[in-house]
Amino acid sequence: MKTVKSPFQFPGGVHPRYHKDLTADKPIVDLPPPATLAISMSQHLGAPAKCLMKPGDHVVPGQLIGEKSGFISANVHSPVAGTVKAVEKRPGPTGALADAVVIETDADQPAATAMPPLDWSTASREELLARVEAAGICGMGGAGFPTSVKLNPPPDKHCEFLILNGAECEPYLSADCRMMTEHADRIRIGVEIMRRILGGPAVRIAIENNKPGAIKAIEKAFADISGDVELVVLPTLYPQGSEKHQIYATVGRVVPDGALPIAVGCVVENVGTAAAIADAVDRGLPLTSRVTTISGDGITEPKNVRAPVGTSYADLAAFCGGERGAVRKVISGGPMMGFTVPNLAIATTKTTSGLLFLTDKSVFQYSSNPCIGCGRCLRACPMGLDPSAISCAMEAGDVADAEARGVMNCIECGACSFGCPAYRSITHFCRRAKISIRARIAAEKAKAAKKG
Amino acid sequence: MLDVLIALMPAACCAVYFFGLKAVWLIAVCVGSTVGAEALCRLAMRREMSVGDFSAVLTGLLLAFNLPPDIPLWMAALGSVFAIVVAKQIFGGLGYNPFNPALAGRAFMLISFTGPMTTWTKSAWTLSAGSVEATTTATPLALIKKGAEGFDWSQAAFIKDLFIGNVNGCIGEVSALALLIGAVYLLVRKVITWHIPVSFFAAVFVFAMFKGGVPPLVHILSGGCVLGACFMATDYVTSPITPLGKIIFGVGCGVFTMLIRTADPANGGYPEGVSFSILVMNAFTPLINRWTRPRPFAKLKAQS
Amino acid sequence: MSAILIATLVIAAVGAGAALALAIADRYLAVKEDPRIGLITAALPGANCGGCGFAGCDGYARALVAGEAANGACAPGGAAAAAEIAKILGVEASATVRRVALVKCCGTRSEAVRVGDYNGICDCASAAATAGGDKGCRHGCLGYGACANVCPKHAIRVEDGLAVVDKRLCIGCGKCVSACPRKLIELVPASATIHVLCANPLKGPEVTKVCGVGCIGCHLCEKNSGGKEAGHFTFDGFLAKVNYDNPPEDAAIVAKCPRKCIREDAHFETGA
Repeated sequence: MKTVKSPFQFPGGVHPRYHKDLTADKPIVDLPPPATLAISMSQHLGAPAKCLMKPGDHVVPGQLIGEKSGFISANVHSPVAGTVKAVEKRPGPTGALADAVVIETDADQPAATAMPPLDWSTASREELLARVEAAGICGMGGAGFPTSVKLNPPPDKHCEFLILNGAECEPYLSADCRMMTEHADRIRIGVEIMRRILGGPAVRIAIENNKPGAIKAIEKAFADISGDVELVVLPTLYPQGSEKHQIYATVGRVVPDGALPIAVGCVVENVGTAAAIADAVDRGLPLTSRVTTISGDGITEPKNVRAPVGTSYADLAAFCGGERGAVRKVISGGPMMGFTVPNLAIATTKTTSGLLFLTDKSVFQYSSNPCIGCGRCLRACPMGLDPSAISCAMEAGDVADAEARGVMNCIECGACSFGCPAYRSITHFCRRAKISIRARIAAEKAKAAKKG
Repeated sequence: MLDVLIALMPAACCAVYFFGLKAVWLIAVCVGSTVGAEALCRLAMRREMSVGDFSAVLTGLLLAFNLPPDIPLWMAALGSVFAIVVAKQIFGGLGYNPFNPALAGRAFMLISFTGPMTTWTKSAWTLSAGSVEATTTATPLALIKKGAEGFDWSQAAFIKDLFIGNVNGCIGEVSALALLIGAVYLLVRKVITWHIPVSFFAAVFVFAMFKGGVPPLVHILSGGCVLGACFMATDYVTSPITPLGKIIFGVGCGVFTMLIRTADPANGGYPEGVSFSILVMNAFTPLINRWTRPRPFAKLKAQS
Repeated sequence: MSAILIATLVIAAVGAGAALALAIADRYLAVKEDPRIGLITAALPGANCGGCGFAGCDGYARALVAGEAANGACAPGGAAAAAEIAKILGVEASATVRRVALVKCCGTRSEAVRVGDYNGICDCASAAATAGGDKGCRHGCLGYGACANVCPKHAIRVEDGLAVVDKRLCIGCGKCVSACPRKLIELVPASATIHVLCANPLKGPEVTKVCGVGCIGCHLCEKNSGGKEAGHFTFDGFLAKVNYDNPPEDAAIVAKCPRKCIREDAHFETGA
């Protein structure tokens, strides 16, 4: 496998301070199964899984507790042996309510019930795909797109490049970095499996240059891999991990507005997802846990923790020595695109990449001022929008103007708000615009459906 | 904002060096008037106090830099109040003003108090060499306007005087050296980008080259060109937001400056065009922003 | 001819020409106006008193046709005008009951629990989309003024984090109802003065956790107003609701509510 420097650079982007030194060198530690888990049926993009459990049921590790419902959906499995205490609506990190299975964990934890292991080098494409679907694997980079759907493009679309996303461009987060450093061999198996499913595309593994340990580990694990496989070292720039921008940086292709990467022959998958695919195929294990970085200046022992899905943030915090000092803000995810949560009763999902505890030294309450036209947001926007004009339009209530300026293409990365000297909530305005526009489109569709 | 104030410190020191205590008083009165006017305005408008963002201090300082050393202080105060109240606060404050407040204040004073604004009572500025009587000339720009027969524009001593600031003129505009040091500081700190100053200077240079007579370098170093290009035209609120827009803006400013400077002196043409040119281009800024939208990511050319 | 004659003829000719131009413009360039506006204006008393909240009778007529006003707001016109207007608009005459907006929440910042400090756009929909809103109660008023901003009559003020409608100014146009992301605002008859100001249907302990004045569904209001048979209140989960077709009249009920979420507001004569 060749290691190359990223050939292309997308315009825009910002350089936040990364604070990755808090956890980048800390090996992954396993959280012992907590006393209670609250496993959401809505851990992935698309329709929530259909809950198969009712209070009083007993579950074993690896048991299917939520069934995929619809084309874009995924299975949900129990990580532990236990008794279902309740099936009730719980808020997720965004505040949205979703059905969750609350399980009281048994004292004894038997080995997980596995599906029969498959030999990926001889299994058929359909078998491998069915296994990925059965294991409930979804994109672990944060979006949670059901992987079996992504790896099965429509017949008219051919995948030329499989891009493995190891950028992890958000500050504080180091879960993917540790996955690559410690489990590069599992990631390799995942890549081989995905390559088989996709019909042998070229492979590009993208890693930011601030992860030398990960780069070395991947180079070692992939040294003798066959075929067109390259490790592309990307400059450290936020948002290097954004799908569209990573595709441009590695293979120079531009995904059109409103289209998916497969439109330009690319499939992007997170390194954690690759490892999960490996576990599903050769160990027969469904996706029931993930590595989360718990960091920030408000936690006593920052760590990279592998915890079962459904672990409450409170349990994670306790495992890391508890809060340190006066914590002012708790973020689920990274500080740029993550969600602030109001309490620690929220549970992890398949896409919880980080949990940050921040004190007054890291965050502050601000009041927004009018736009002074400095243009920093314009220079930062990786999608080439005019965030200043969009925020001014939304302030005046002019959603139509925001739409005309392309706000629907906004990836909500937060680079615009990051540098704004007037502390304007620009990304918030973009999100607000998208909510209005989507509501309008939905209302129009409903009206048209009623007419027709 | 603080960065800009720091960048203007060399020029402020030169102002005091060349013009003495008068400059100190002028700066003090202007800054005091702008800050006071802004504070009173915000109280009257029942909006939150904005004096803490230092924009009023900056306006006051820049306005002082644009005034002749002997202007009566009450006129400077009046101009400062106009700059803040009429050119900034009635539009809603920082971020809403269409025109550069300091320049609007200067334009107001130029029209209301033309005499004092164009009177230079400093003791005769002596040209180191040349055939023209220095004592009858006020500023380098006046010299350019009047036309100096047989005067050697490229003489080293003259250029040196222009560069260092040993000439007559408004207290902050004379020393190109001090201003350029400040401009470099702002570029390094990424407060301003190169687009406006470079295109402004380029337009002036090319225009002067074609016009002939006075060398382009003299035009750039005379009058408020360096001050305007580096500190006044680059004002975020009143200049375009996109890089191409900034270049169009800078070129427009340069062209208008030269048009005004070279207009017929017999028919009352102003010697200085920088302030008016920037104000005119400020009016075009919304249109320029409209014409020069940023390039969306999807329009990037695919590479292989 | 004398100069005066010439001048007179010229001016007359110009006047005639202008009159002709105006007549042509009136005929061919006239803005098509809904004929109902004229009919309704005629049906109104023509006092131009502004009591309806609009600028003159013509203003009220335009608003009625545009759907921005409710029938029954004209006090001088009374029931007669309301009936006539209903006929012109082709709506039920009974729909002329004057309705005003009511924000069904009384959880001010002092009473209701806030789970965090919200930093972002000062707008209710934006706040509701951020971690579910910064109020502990997911059904309560967020107090960022989305309703106040859209009210054409400035009838809503936000006090201590709670939106309050001034009945006297409200014209019942319903803009606030659509603006509220929590669907808290309801159009109720203007004659009703006793209201349950809560929208949280959850069980008592869940409500008291997040609000000091939330309804816990204890049914005391129902018991003290003649019981279920009297039918002054209905219940949605653990939330009491006033039956506005048969509202309670006795103000003593307000004091009987242990949570203090039943409130009385000023009576307003509609003349209807």
